[in-house]
Amino acid sequence: MSRKLLAATTALVCAGALPALADCPVKVGVLHSLSGTMAISETTLKDTMEMLVDQQNEKGGLLGCEIEAVVVDPASDWPLFAEKARELLTVQEVDVIFGSWTSVSRKSALPVLEELNGLMFYPVQYEGEESSKNVFYTGAAPNQQAIPATDYFLEELGVEKFALLGTDYVYPRTTNNILEAYLQDKGIAAEDIFVNYTPFGHSDWSKIVADVVALGADGKKVGVISTINGDANVGFYKELAAAGISADDIPVVAFSVGEEELAGLDTSNLVGHLAAWNYFQSAESEANDAWVAAWKARMGEDRVTNDPMEAHYIGFNMWINAATAAGTTDVDAVREAMYGQEFPNLTGGTAVMLPNHHLAKPVLIGEIQADGQFDIISQTEEVPGDAWTDFLPESAVLKSDWAELGCGMYNTETSSCVQIKSNY
Amino acid sequence: MADTALPAPRRPFVARYPSVLIFIGLLAVFTVAVTVLAEGFGIGVVSTSFVKTLGKTLCLCLVALAMDLVWGYCGILSLGHMAFFGIGGYAIGMWLMYARTEIIVTESLAAAPLPPTAQEISDGIATQIFGVVGASEFPPIWTFAHSLPLQLLAVVLVPGLIALVFGWLAFRSRVTGVYLSILTQAMTLALALYLFQNDSGLRGNNGLSGLQNLPGMDDVPQATISIVFFWASALALGLGYIVCAWVVSGKFGSVIRAIRDDEARVRFLGYSVEAYKLFIFTFSAVLAAIAGALYYPQAGIINPAEIAPIASIYLAVWVAIGGRGRLYGAVIGAAFVSLLSTWFTGGQAPDVNLGFYTVQWVDWWTILLGLSFVCVTLFAPRGMGGLIDVIIERRSPDRHGADLGPEPGALQEKEADR
Amino acid sequence: MMTYLLRVLACLFICAAIPAPAHAQDQAAPVQQVLQAHGEVIIKSSRRTIGPTIDALGASGLPEAQTVLQRWQDKEMWFERETGLFVFAQEQDDGQLMLFDVSDGAEIGLADKKAYKQLKPNSGIRGLIAAALVQFQLNAPALEERLVAVNSIERDADPSHLEALRGAIENEPDAALKARKLRLERLLTIRFAQDDAERITAIESFSGDLGVDLRAALNPLVATRIDAGAEVPEGARVIEAGSEQLSREDAHAILVEKGLARPQISRDALRAALIENIEGDAVAGIRVATLDTDDARTGAYAALVEAGLADPLVSDADITEALQAVQFYEVFTGAPVSVAQAAQIALDDIETRVALSQTADLALDGLSLASIYFLAAIGLAITFGVMGVINMAHGEFIMMGAYTGYVVQLFVPDYTLSILLAIPLAFAVTFGAGVAMERLVIRWLYHRPLETLLATFGVSIALQQLAKNIFGTQARPLTAPGWLDGSWVINDIISISYIRIAIFVLALLFLGLFLFVMKRTRLGLEVRAVTQNPRMAASMGINPDKINMLTFGFGSGIAGIAGVAIGLYAKVTSEMGSDYIVQSFMTVVVGGVGNIWGTLLGATMVGFLQKGIEWMNPSNTLAAQTYMILFIILFIQFRPRGIIALKGRAAEA
Repeated sequence: MSRKLLAATTALVCAGALPALADCPVKVGVLHSLSGTMAISETTLKDTMEMLVDQQNEKGGLLGCEIEAVVVDPASDWPLFAEKARELLTVQEVDVIFGSWTSVSRKSALPVLEELNGLMFYPVQYEGEESSKNVFYTGAAPNQQAIPATDYFLEELGVEKFALLGTDYVYPRTTNNILEAYLQDKGIAAEDIFVNYTPFGHSDWSKIVADVVALGADGKKVGVISTINGDANVGFYKELAAAGISADDIPVVAFSVGEEELAGLDTSNLVGHLAAWNYFQSAESEANDAWVAAWKARMGEDRVTNDPMEAHYIGFNMWINAATAAGTTDVDAVREAMYGQEFPNLTGGTAVMLPNHHLAKPVLIGEIQADGQFDIISQTEEVPGDAWTDFLPESAVLKSDWAELGCGMYNTETSSCVQIKSNY
Repeated sequence: MADTALPAPRRPFVARYPSVLIFIGLLAVFTVAVTVLAEGFGIGVVSTSFVKTLGKTLCLCLVALAMDLVWGYCGILSLGHMAFFGIGGYAIGMWLMYARTEIIVTESLAAAPLPPTAQEISDGIATQIFGVVGASEFPPIWTFAHSLPLQLLAVVLVPGLIALVFGWLAFRSRVTGVYLSILTQAMTLALALYLFQNDSGLRGNNGLSGLQNLPGMDDVPQATISIVFFWASALALGLGYIVCAWVVSGKFGSVIRAIRDDEARVRFLGYSVEAYKLFIFTFSAVLAAIAGALYYPQAGIINPAEIAPIASIYLAVWVAIGGRGRLYGAVIGAAFVSLLSTWFTGGQAPDVNLGFYTVQWVDWWTILLGLSFVCVTLFAPRGMGGLIDVIIERRSPDRHGADLGPEPGALQEKEADR
Repeated sequence: MMTYLLRVLACLFICAAIPAPAHAQDQAAPVQQVLQAHGEVIIKSSRRTIGPTIDALGASGLPEAQTVLQRWQDKEMWFERETGLFVFAQEQDDGQLMLFDVSDGAEIGLADKKAYKQLKPNSGIRGLIAAALVQFQLNAPALEERLVAVNSIERDADPSHLEALRGAIENEPDAALKARKLRLERLLTIRFAQDDAERITAIESFSGDLGVDLRAALNPLVATRIDAGAEVPEGARVIEAGSEQLSREDAHAILVEKGLARPQISRDALRAALIENIEGDAVAGIRVATLDTDDARTGAYAALVEAGLADPLVSDADITEALQAVQFYEVFTGAPVSVAQAAQIALDDIETRVALSQTADLALDGLSLASIYFLAAIGLAITFGVMGVINMAHGEFIMMGAYTGYVVQLFVPDYTLSILLAIPLAFAVTFGAGVAMERLVIRWLYHRPLETLLATFGVSIALQQLAKNIFGTQARPLTAPGWLDGSWVINDIISISYIRIAIFVLALLFLGLFLFVMKRTRLGLEVRAVTQNPRMAASMGINPDKINMLTFGFGSGIAGIAGVAIGLYAKVTSEMGSDYIVQSFMTVVVGGVGNIWGTLLGATMVGFLQKGIEWMNPSNTLAAQTYMILFIILFIQFRPRGIIALKGRAAEA
């Protein structure tokens, strides 16, 4: 409390006495791939950041300075994320970085951020099991997306048998591990959980879909939890539709399918299948209406908004508020000011930044509609993000608290900090 | 007759190959210049990230050298050499990760009420390393990861053995030309797919990360580490260049060039073509692996995407643009294209406004690269190295028809037709 | 002043009057009363709690209950935020709502959307509503409604449906639906009937059937549970602890669970016990610093036990003793023994046929994958197999074809017509691209095959990036016409989507086309002549330049059509070509260069092999691809010229 007060006082003094203390312009690094495989998703986020920066400049910038977006292209090449992050921090001397999509790109940039004490906002839902002093995770942790969606399957749809389908990489692997442990906790037998991993961009889905249908042979209701990534979804949903699997028979909930991904599909056969996110374009709030309108005005009528965009929206605005409160863009000062920052999210509630660098956000479950949008059928209260899942024995004892404990990997059993740096 | 023809007095190796001397000289000057300008021990004009880029570029030059040896000199277009490069990186990366994690785990367990058992330490390390990919046990492939000397040995031995077995099988069956290219491409694809699997035990798609943090050297700034690695890379490249120049000189070099130009004739002359090819293939694989082992600690992360077939094709592109069949050509090509690529993707290249359309280099650079590659193949088969020919006014013999090899004096179409 | 005030008043009155509904809601209507009684639960909208509400509506006997349930299910029911009253509503274009009364459907009038909130029952609730609606729909006059009822019983049956269904069979006029109802009645009998004999008869009546629904009805009946006790109850099967069915550990765990044995002390528990008893720097007199091996810890624990500070470890002998004290047996938990046994017999009977069907399905999948590989490779079989040109941009020609299909669909909204247009257009576009590439690049490099590889690779990355610049990086939709939707279902296990059948047919057509062109036309003759000996062919009056150009164009054109087909079943992205290029080359090389039958065999081998490996390891498709490629590498090492090797002079060319 007193620390906050002190920070606020310092901020006031600084703001009053030395308005031009910060180097103008304030530089915001944008570390999203503009070419290569991930450009599909990440280009949108670069555009989002440019829009946010423009909007903020119209409002008068930050600390009396114009904000400048420094865009680099790590080209979906993971080592380049480390290289470009270093370049942004040491050569361009940016004050903050907004970037990364895949876990591996984040893990690539992490050591550099920690070494140079940079600050990054990471906007995508991820597998958790990580906490870095220098990263704010504005996307969903597993307990903000996967667990509530699984609860929805168990409680609302009465699913008794689960097919966990995923692309073979870290996010699906870890998420499915957590879910397996969680489901067994909930009394689902191990043999009632079918797990399958496919390569990126997989297109031959007939056998896997047949396997899923065959799961229904013992009379239990089957549900699919999909962590299938990117374009592979197109073939998967086409095969589902061809096999005539309706959402009433075998519901599919996806964690990586949003409005952007559905743009590559004819959704008329997929109506009723589900996705879980913290944001859908169809959310009803005035802030969202304005946001969608601004996006469409800038990028074109046929463009859609999605969850990681909202994450950047919240992250950027929180950073602006934190920097204003701290009166400086200095990383340590801003980080202190970030804890407890509140900002209205686009779905009508308020997002809060927690000391573990995660947000408290509501979880939304939407049904796919024929027009490629989602109909929100369930919305929870704000769920605080949890860096270390409670459902795996090794991480259940860990906790992250940068405000009080100053440690991202604190073992509550031995009451000691395992490591200050993050595990990459 | 034999006693009258005294062997010509052998001049020193470097005297016969002045290009080696020039190259080593230039490399030394460059290294000293970078050291002086860098942050580590110099005046700090060149940023650490650029030193890293330069160090990595030197490693890429080394692997290009290996590629030139196998393709430019021996005529084997291997589309799988980046696989060896990657294996080298993985081998060293395993030790780096293990040793770094071991320090963290030992420190953290020291706080526990009971002293840890060996098993607990090992479990702790495994959980730290594999926790992110949802596993917590050491796969057998990590057996030697605790030992630096053994992993260094693996850097050389594993790629060497793979190349030896693969090459022996392929050359024995007389798989040549484009078939061999496709086969090597399949090899690197299989390896990449294997590593992509989580079950491979090398952390799947995530690969090994945080490699720039050397174990036990947390207090040494990256500025120093980067310059040390830069020196190591320069040294490796210099030595690699000398060894390659020595290999391609003399009789051995003549034989492998002859194999490139007409394999059948060499075989009829009684040479064991397969043995020569196998040696070059394996040797270049080892060279590539050493380059990889130096590259990835500078890049910081290695993952299967690095081994994907496209990487090896790019390697061939560098060599072709630089100029095949001359060692300095490979170095020039690798350095030029990879640095240019860094510049264009870095967003520093200014947009070109054509009035009706603004060319953004991020979007158009790849197209430019692709087309320039077509042009080099069509119009300048000798690549950028050909420019040096023009400068020193070296002429190739005036023969007819299109040449079949890149080197002056290579067999040409009119002669080769049967 | 007065007039002004009056005006204001009038204005206020009018303003207030406009949103006032034309027809006031009937708050006292019985159905509204029922809804209000459950208002909170309905608004909360959770499957867990909604059951009584739906039952209450269904059992209310009100004639409008069916409509209310149906419109609720269709997400047409809203409630007023302030009063909590339920209405039917339709959204207007201007963002307002048209309201209707829940009791009689009468129009109430327009209202502001913000004052109301839509009820969005999730699919679990919709299923419950559908189950409740069955009673109204099963005997409805409209066939569609009866179909909906049967569908919802099939999906989510409830014991009460059995009687309802039995009553609705007799009068069913539609023969097909009647057959379905009869089958469904037997299934429900198996699941819910009280009389065992009746159930057994129903089970036996299904002999020869292998439907998933039947297995879904039978499998729960044969569920078993392993239990332990002093005596074995009747109808249970005795099993030995330590046998394959029940390991010693599992048996011990059962006993622990029943409180008949003490649990084993785990390593963690042992450690915890030691930590608990640390006194100063020692545990039970043993120095803590020495406890860094398991043996030392066990020793220290033993000392603790001796001191009476911890429970003793459970020894092997203890376990044996505990296991011998009881008997383990397996009992059926799903049904009475006689029914369960009948079900078990029926399931065993089904099992072999299921396995056979699964094999057949796998074979169909393999065939389908083979035809996709063949389709992707056939263009390459021409350019690489016949002409010997390594075209790394082949994958990008496939991509160009797919994008052509996408562009055509932008202009021609009718999917059937657009596909019919897209196929020749894709051929034309890629034929043109192929000819251009041959003229500009490849013809200069016929004698330098390795360099063709590199030059065409340059073209490939340039084309890929160009596609990204034009179409963006997001996947684009290419939608199959309606008549290709769905799949051909032979039984519940064997089925294949029509789109895959279409690809298979297309592959066959191309094979025929290729053979026809090569063997029966002038062009084919000339192509073969030029391939075998260009000089001789030239002296016979054939223009080799022209033939090379046409052949390359032909191969590229076929790749374009393959692109349309592949785009229909998978995705259209700028990178789709690179997914197929390595596989295509391997298909051609494995099959044997220069022979279309070889390519066919190669594709078949690769397709079946991949499916076979996938079957062996169903949880990891990536492994299947890896091992398939390794196999191909080995195969080529031992048969470098492929399955069908050309012999003689042609092989040397």
